[in-house]
Formats: sequence, structure tokens, C-alpha cells
Amino acid sequence: MAKRVGMEVAIAAAEAVGMCDIDVAAVYPITPQSHIAEHLSEIVADGRTDAEFVTVESEHSAISCVAGASGTGARVYTATSSQGLMLMHEILPIVSAMRLPVVMGIANRAVSGPLNILNDHSDIMPQRDNGWIAMFTENGQETVDLTIQSFKIAEHPDVMLPCCVNIDGFQLTHMVEPIEFPDQKLVNKFLPPRKPYATLHPDKPVSMGTFAMSDIFPEVMKAKDEALKNSKKIILGIWDEWEKMFGRRYRPVETYCADDADVILLTMGSMGETAEIGINELRKKGISAGLVKLRLWRPFPFEELKQAVKKAKILVVTDRAVSFGGPGGPVASEVRAALYGEKERPLIYNQIIGLGGRDMAVSDFVAMVEDAVKSGEKGIIKDYEFYGVRG
Amino acid sequence: MNIIENFDLYAPRLVDKKEYLCSGHRACQGCGEVLGLRLMCKALGPDVVIANATGCMEIISSMYPSTAWEVPWIHVAFENAAAVGSGVEAGLKALRRKGKIADRDVKVVGVAGDGGTMDIGLQALSGAMERGHDMLFVCLDNEAYMNTGIQRSSGTPMGASTTTSPAGKVSSGQKTWKKNVPEIMVAHGVSYVATACPSYPLDFINKVKKAMKVKGPSYIHCFTVCPTGWRSPSEMTIKLGRLVVETGIFPLYEVEDGKYRMTVEVDQLRPIEDYMKPQGRYRHLTPDQIEIIQDRVYQEYNKLQDKINGLHAWSDLQYEWGLFD
Repeated sequence: MAKRVGMEVAIAAAEAVGMCDIDVAAVYPITPQSHIAEHLSEIVADGRTDAEFVTVESEHSAISCVAGASGTGARVYTATSSQGLMLMHEILPIVSAMRLPVVMGIANRAVSGPLNILNDHSDIMPQRDNGWIAMFTENGQETVDLTIQSFKIAEHPDVMLPCCVNIDGFQLTHMVEPIEFPDQKLVNKFLPPRKPYATLHPDKPVSMGTFAMSDIFPEVMKAKDEALKNSKKIILGIWDEWEKMFGRRYRPVETYCADDADVILLTMGSMGETAEIGINELRKKGISAGLVKLRLWRPFPFEELKQAVKKAKILVVTDRAVSFGGPGGPVASEVRAALYGEKERPLIYNQIIGLGGRDMAVSDFVAMVEDAVKSGEKGIIKDYEFYGVRG
Repeated sequence: MNIIENFDLYAPRLVDKKEYLCSGHRACQGCGEVLGLRLMCKALGPDVVIANATGCMEIISSMYPSTAWEVPWIHVAFENAAAVGSGVEAGLKALRRKGKIADRDVKVVGVAGDGGTMDIGLQALSGAMERGHDMLFVCLDNEAYMNTGIQRSSGTPMGASTTTSPAGKVSSGQKTWKKNVPEIMVAHGVSYVATACPSYPLDFINKVKKAMKVKGPSYIHCFTVCPTGWRSPSEMTIKLGRLVVETGIFPLYEVEDGKYRMTVEVDQLRPIEDYMKPQGRYRHLTPDQIEIIQDRVYQEYNKLQDKINGLHAWSDLQYEWGLFD
């Protein structure tokens, strides 16, 4: 077994990118960036990775630059968060429609206003419908593994879609964690050079990003949807391959004590580990509680989710973002839609938690579950709540 | 007949007969912009990748599933042609260095209209030029947002009526002077900056060829007549392109390493009415207003002459790109 090292997760994410033989990276230090970009520039400056590191003048240009580079057949990477991701927004659906396998690390942070910079998921949620593969990491090890896997997933000839790795800002990106780096030779075997479908080169001229009116535009949208849905089986296959080579298993939905649980808590991102301890405490108190963690956000793992919660009576879905004036949080909205057609489905309580970096302790997860159990027993239905928020 | 025979004799030596932007595209009759693009492609030849901003030239040339482009071409969005071009350049550079593509020069060329260059694309352009990418950027300036319906841009000249700077009972059209983007590019230390117009095809082609040879960023600001947006007769496109130069409104010059040179000399500037009269966009202007514009034209022309007479070329060493690569 490889040696485990203590490393800040953002630095580890950059180290993971450094193992992937990228050709071009473009980044911009919008408030707030993470150490991913800085450290990646050090890796390139030291010659550990032979890549062009383009210090663009905005996040909009960062995503545009890697799109152009990806068009040449290069393996590309960018990293951003919060306002930067919002500035990229316009280009994100174009990248997926052009089927460019861009990989992006996102240190998830709150979106202004007010200006906040701390962790939640309000930056990624507005990007939900842009046709990108979106995964969430729970810890440093997952961050490294998913980052390396992302290139293989995105560049797979049956996928050819951009992929973002969501890493909770501060709560995860700035933590020092024990991480086992895979062997470079094995990574080279796992991730061979990109084989692009078409490239921008005079030897075989192509036109990329052409104009499409109503006679073809809907077909392009349908093709993108199908490509994203079909990517799930490729992702599963790549995760199997990873498990065989590196011993760590990844699934779209992870469970903890959930098989026999009456009440299930659902998290996405780094709060899963805190929630696990909460589940232990609840079990000690005699409450049949379990945890379900969503790793894959897009394509959404409908079947896996249904399986994971099918025996539960109560499901507490946590959200780190708000769909204002709507159904509460976007994760709960998706979970409700996934379970609507089931004959037997749990009561769903949606808790919006940890906005703008508000800390969530083990006791908070315990309290949320206990509250849901009490409400369930009394038959009280609540659409959603802002957990522990004044006013 | 003799003229055509002579053309066949001499023109192929001066102008590539091969078309890299094919016929069958959807540009308007008399479009000066597509003519500029076509001539630019002839001067560039096959070893290029073009990054095109959203705009007239993008939509008329790439209606899916057809394309007018015989050279590699990419369009992503409106404001980012220079950023996309930066990425293409970086990609080709890295892939070539790593032996993943053929070891030969391929020039990246960014193309955008006046809106995509001077307004919404100026930040991306400034970034790309400052970073010193090996890229030529060509602005095809038809002085308004024609693709979206003739709205004013910072390239629209004083007094021109557009759909967002309309001439009305209390308004005389555009209220601002045209932004001088070539000068902004010179201020970036770009070693080759030029103005051009397809009505002077050989001048334009020579400039594109010069820019091709620059290792680093270069910029050409190409003035292109738009009969649709200017309400001018489509058969007058070439004539108007000559008149804008002959009146001194848009002088043709180049700036090599900071040294200014007029490439098309005009002995005696014609009055600007000669140029403005055939255009509907100027029809509302009073003689007094035309005089104000005329004075400004003379002033700008003199300022340019001063630069031509007074400024020396930068030393090679200080302004070379990629010294720390």
C-alpha cells in the first residue's frame, strides 16, 4: 500500500491534476480562488508537468481558453468557485454542446450577495442544467481520485462531455487530510493520452461551434441529454476499473447504516463524514437511523437512490443552497421527483443547512433527525426549513 | 476584356486563387465584411486556425450542417474570440512541444466585429495581447451591431443613426466619437498594428502577411462597409471603402515596433460629404454638424501625421515577445 501523506486538499487536487499529463490549464484568481491554481502553476513552473499555464484576465476567459485548447485535442483543466463559476455560466452549456471534455475543479463557495466567500453549494446549483457531469467529493482522498477519474470519464469516446469535481470550499479545500496518492505508472496506465474525435488542425480542417436554428437545435439538446444519461454506465465502468487498480470503490450513491434504517439522512459533499458520526449517536440512542450520500449529481442516479431509501419511512434531505420562492433546496426537489412514482416512499423533510459557511456540528444532524422523527410520528408535513436560522 | 486578361496574368501572383472561405454563404449583397474575411483568408493560406466571435460572419458562414470554411474554425461565444484563440494557441503550442501534432507553424487568428472587439470583447482582447500569444486578431469593423439589427457600438461614428442611437426630433444620432482601438493595441506593445480596408485589397493582403510573420500578438483593424446597416447602395461598397480613406476619416497605416507609416498616401483629402452623402445613416446631419465632424477628422489626421513624423521604432530587444519562455 502506498504511503499516506498529510496534505491540504486543494494542494492535493492540484497534485492529482499534475499526475494527469494535462496540456493546458487556464485559471483566474477571482475572489475566492483556492490553492488549486497556485499550486498547479508551481507544478508547471517546476517542470513536473509539461503544460501551458495561461493566466487569463477573467474566469469567462478561463473557460473560453480551455474550450479553445480542448478543441485542438489538448487535455485541459481549470479551477474556480463562487463568483468565478457564475461568470463562466454563459460558456458552460456551450462547452457541453460542443462535447469538449474540459475538467474543472470547483471549490464550492457561497454566491454574493452579500459577499461571503465561505462554503455552500449556491455556486454549482445554478449550473445544474448546463450539461456537465457533476460529482461531489467528501474528503481529500475522494478529491484526488475523482479528479484523476474525471479526465478519463470526460474524454471517453462514448461520453465526450465536460466534468466538474465539486470540493467544498474551506471545509474541505483548506483542510489538511491524510491522502494516499496513486502510483504514477498506474495512473499512466489508467489514463492514457486523449484520443480526440476531431481537432482544430489544418491537416484535417473542421468547423466547431456552428450555428443551428430550429430545424436542428432541439436534436442537439436531445443528444446532449442522452449523452449525459448514457455517461452513467461509462462512469460505473471506470469506477470498477479504478477499484481493481487502486482498491478504492466508488458508487453514485453511498450508504452508511442505511439498509435497515427507518429514518435516513441524505447529504452531498463534505458534511457526510460529520453526519456519519451523528448516525452513530442516533443509533446509540436507539433510533434506527442511516445515511445516504449523493456522489453523482449529474447524471442523477435515480435507480441507485430509489434502492438506497426504499425501506425508509422518513428521509431528511439536506441542501446547501436555496431555490428561492420554490420548493426549498434543489437536492430535495430532485429527490422528490425521483421518488414520486414509487408506490411506497418515505416522508421527505428538507433542511437547508450550512449556508455561507454556517457550521454544522454532529449535534445538529442528530437534532434534525430527531425532529423529523417526532414530526413524522405526529403526522406533521413540512416542505422545507432553514435549519437553525433566526428570523 | 483586356482588363480581365491582365488580371489573369498578374493577379494570381499577388492573390491566392484558392478560396478558404467558400461561396454559398449567406452574407448580404454588397457585404464589405465578408469580402474582408475572404481576402484575409487568401493572405493567411491554409496553415491557420480561426477563432470567430459570434456575429454576422459567424452566422452566415456556419449554418449547421453546412460550413463555408475550408480552414479549421471555432466559434464559442460573442465576447471571447481572443480568449478562445489564446486557448487554441496554447493547445497547439503544448501539443507540438510534446510531439503530439506535426512540428510546423500554425497561426491562430481571432476574428470579431466591432462589438466583439471594441465593446464586449475588449477585455478578452486586451488579456490575449498582454499575454503575448502568437495570434493575429482581426477586427472587421462595420461600425454597429449589424447582426442584431444595427445597434450602436463604440465603433459607430459621431452622428450616425442606428437603432439605438436614432436620429430624432431632438437627437442627431450617435453622440460619441469612435473609439480608437488600434491605438489601444499599440499601447499594449503589440509589435504589428495596422488598419486596412478591402477596397485596397493588396494593401490589406500585405498587412495580413506581415502580421503572419510576427512571433507574438498582432492586430489589424479592417474597415468594412455594411450596405444594410448604413443604408447605402450595395454596388457602392468598394467606392465607399475608398472614399473613407480618401477623406481621411479612416487612414490606412501600420505601426511596426512603434514606428508609424502611412501605407496609402492621399495627396489631397476630399471633403467628408463625398463619403457621407450616399449613406442613409448620415442623411439627417446639418451642414454645421458635418463641419464639426470635418474638423475632428482633420485633427485626428494631423495627430496621426505627427506620430508618423515623430515617433521612432522600439528597439528589438526590449519589445520582443517570449524572452522568458
